[in-house]
Amino acid sequence: MSMMQPSTTAISTERVQTGNAWLWASWTLAVREVVRFLRQRSRVTGAIGQPILFWILFGAGLSGSFQFGGGDTTAGMSFQEYFLPGVAALIVLFTSIFSSISIIQDRNEGFLQGVLVAPVPRSSIVMGKILGGTALALLQAFLFVIVAPLLQFVGLAPPMTLQLSAFSLIGAFLFLMLISLGLTSLGYLFAWKIDSVQGYHAVMSLVLLPMWLMSGAFFPGTDSVWLTWLIRLNPLTYGVAGLRRVLTVDQSVLVGVPPLWLCVVVTTLFAAVLFAIDVWITRRDQAV
Amino acid sequence: MAAVVVNQIEHRYGDRVALAGVSFEVPQGEIFGLLGPNGSGKTTLFRIISTLMPIQAGSVTVGGHDVSSDPDGVRRQIGVTFQSPSLDGKLTVRENLVHQGHLYGLSGTGLKDRIQLVMDQLGITDRARDYAEKLSGGLKRRVEIAKCLLHSPSILLLDEPSTGLDPGARHEMWKTLESLRREHGVTILVTTHLMEEAERCARLAILDLGKLIACGSPDQLREMVGGDSLTIQADDPDRLSLLLTEKFQLQSQRVGAALRIEQENGHELLTNIATQLPGEFRSLTLGKPTLEDVFIKLTGRGLEAIESETPQGKKKKH
Repeated sequence: MSMMQPSTTAISTERVQTGNAWLWASWTLAVREVVRFLRQRSRVTGAIGQPILFWILFGAGLSGSFQFGGGDTTAGMSFQEYFLPGVAALIVLFTSIFSSISIIQDRNEGFLQGVLVAPVPRSSIVMGKILGGTALALLQAFLFVIVAPLLQFVGLAPPMTLQLSAFSLIGAFLFLMLISLGLTSLGYLFAWKIDSVQGYHAVMSLVLLPMWLMSGAFFPGTDSVWLTWLIRLNPLTYGVAGLRRVLTVDQSVLVGVPPLWLCVVVTTLFAAVLFAIDVWITRRDQAV
Repeated sequence: MAAVVVNQIEHRYGDRVALAGVSFEVPQGEIFGLLGPNGSGKTTLFRIISTLMPIQAGSVTVGGHDVSSDPDGVRRQIGVTFQSPSLDGKLTVRENLVHQGHLYGLSGTGLKDRIQLVMDQLGITDRARDYAEKLSGGLKRRVEIAKCLLHSPSILLLDEPSTGLDPGARHEMWKTLESLRREHGVTILVTTHLMEEAERCARLAILDLGKLIACGSPDQLREMVGGDSLTIQADDPDRLSLLLTEKFQLQSQRVGAALRIEQENGHELLTNIATQLPGEFRSLTLGKPTLEDVFIKLTGRGLEAIESETPQGKKKKH
């Protein structure tokens, strides 16, 4: 096999038409993210399998210890049902973490430098990465929200009060998207500054998982003042709360949950601010 | 107009000086080599020219665009291959090229045609559907070069392009580079630590400890050593060495079973040895000094000091 057929195939040196560079770059990076994910089966199973397992096991194990709402006539909400929006957030968190880790791999394997020398705006590199991660997280979490309630019919979950209407599904979709954007942007920020996968795992255990635990996903507010404040100051609390609001029918369990408008505002701001920081840091410090 | 102008570039990592005021120019359509040992700063310089590292002092112009004020203008002109392959192993060869095309704003049939063209040119068309991670080192390098040619850059920047290539593949790669230069006037800047590759460059800059210690064509550089190099194959080199010292007051260097002498007017010495010491040697070879000799003379270090520079990209720079 010859490396070159002389002069038969000429490389034209005329300038190639550059279309909308920003869109193309974001799009192609996002698509790459999704394709890579789908080609790594273990990632697919890990990201969606673990939260579902958590949901079933914690739900079953803690079902006796929690009781929310419910009057004399109504049964109230099981822990598993309470836990559902939290698990959706956990799926988002895991997927965001894994897609952010790929930045570290891209950098170490050399792929990232190839992207950084391309004439594309740095913001489109960030956008591509985050859109890819968001698409994956959103898809899996949304799938979970639809499939999980069906588990009650095969005995893996207790009966639920939750009803999936068109409104609640659209609401859930939008909220999951906002949460995904925020968490992927957060993961990007860490991944950009950390040069090893091991280092990232430390951040995951010390920052990202505690953030999820204190978001009202796992348990509602407590009597502890400092913990209550931590929950209140945690931006993810408002994502989980918003998701809970759009998915819950029984208003009696929503006492103490922040109002929907506040959830939308905080979650959107969280994503927007982190995205801006990501763009800034990518421009300032190429880190390759 | 010069394709690449490097003007008084300085770079520090903390207290360590990586580049101490390096300047050179690469005219359009030239193959220019950056030769240097480990830690010479050539990878740092490469990263600065390819817009990956901010300039601390000095300036660099590539294709008429300033690297710090107009990086995107530079990026449109250059095709870059790095020491560590920038292919995505989970994508096929074609997907890698499509992805690259999109990054450069190419799409549709225009992109398809370009991909076919570069794949044919580098002989990788039959591997289009293979995952990049399954390819051999030589094939990966070809895909890498195809990738950097996709947007028809007028300037190629290649960091140790023959890393992981066997001599045959290396030869093919250089044929491709030379035809790109000849037929399309592409300017090529390569970093290398291989003398054989350095010989193929029209001009070379030798970097050592962050300084440019020599710049010129391989012939010009060889002239810096001066004189000729005489190699004598002998059955008994030790005896011959003694004879040479006695008769001509010459110090010879033992290289394996041969003796080497560096001397002005080598042809006269050759005649003298041939006529006065017949039967003491098997062959006499007169030649110009190699780039290896140049390097040793300029740096005071042997070739073993020149190894592949480890990619510094994995470290963070602040």
